Amino acid sequence: MRLDVVLRVATKFMLAPLLLFALYVQFHGDYGPGGGFQAGVIAAAAIILYGLINGLGPAQKIVPVGLLEVLIPGGVLIYVAVGVAGMLLGDNFLDYNHLAHDSIHGQEWGVFLVEVGVFLTVFSTMIAIYYAFAGRRRS
Amino acid sequence: MIETTVTILLLLMLGAVTIGIVRVRGLFAAVVLLGVYSFLMATLFVVLDAVDVAMTEAAVGAGVSTVFFLGALSLTDTVEAPRKRRQIMPLFVAVVTAGALLWGLSDLPQFGSPEQPIHRDGADYLARSMPETGIANVVSAVLASYRGFDTLGETTVVFTAGIGILALLRRRRGEGKS
Repeated sequence: MRLDVVLRVATKFMLAPLLLFALYVQFHGDYGPGGGFQAGVIAAAAIILYGLINGLGPAQKIVPVGLLEVLIPGGVLIYVAVGVAGMLLGDNFLDYNHLAHDSIHGQEWGVFLVEVGVFLTVFSTMIAIYYAFAGRRRS
Repeated sequence: MIETTVTILLLLMLGAVTIGIVRVRGLFAAVVLLGVYSFLMATLFVVLDAVDVAMTEAAVGAGVSTVFFLGALSLTDTVEAPRKRRQIMPLFVAVVTAGALLWGLSDLPQFGSPEQPIHRDGADYLARSMPETGIANVVSAVLASYRGFDTLGETTVVFTAGIGILALLRRRRGEGKS
């Protein structure tokens, strides 16, 4: 399978549109369907597709295991940090009204950052599960 | 009218695929059928105008989890082990669960009925979300702003699942070399 030229070339052409679509789903989530969870899964699927065709080593060059171990808790921490930032500015936990100069902009910023947190956690968890399965040999 | 026909057709296909998953002995075929099931489910969600859920179902159910199942298959056997004798207990549990679900179904409001909570309270969110949050997609506004706690909980669940699987499946240092 490693030598299958058609699969490898097709994967290279698919990779960029997949990642671009993930970014679109992430940032267009305020207007159309989508959001952090869906975007995270789509981006992770792109990396997993690359790993399936080219093997585990090249995939881990794009997204190293060490990075994943930072991103999995990092996403949750970003989410919580947005909540705590709201508290420090005199609101309730996860209330975004005071994050910017007026409440609507604050809401937009809060939702944006929170979705980034969701994206990072989902993206890195999916890839970490794939690495965990693909890194094992049949005993 | 055409929506009803499509829905009934999809539900019939879902039923057929489910029977296929239960009956088939080859695990590889079962995994592929699970992917088919997820795509049918995603189509059904599109018919019900739940595009967000359809997207998630297509990406997670048909895409990523199929890969995970195949990964698990490559570590184990690809044919289901034959059972020694017919088992009554699983059938009994399945029938009782299905009965309880059907019984619960009779208490739900009728499909599309204006008495449903979503139609009584949904209009409130539709009216409030744009002036309060400036976010056009009300689903996003509800998920991230009005119900931020829920989404934090969901993210924590994904995080917990991730570190749990890493702790269980990760190779210990040095194990790969031997």
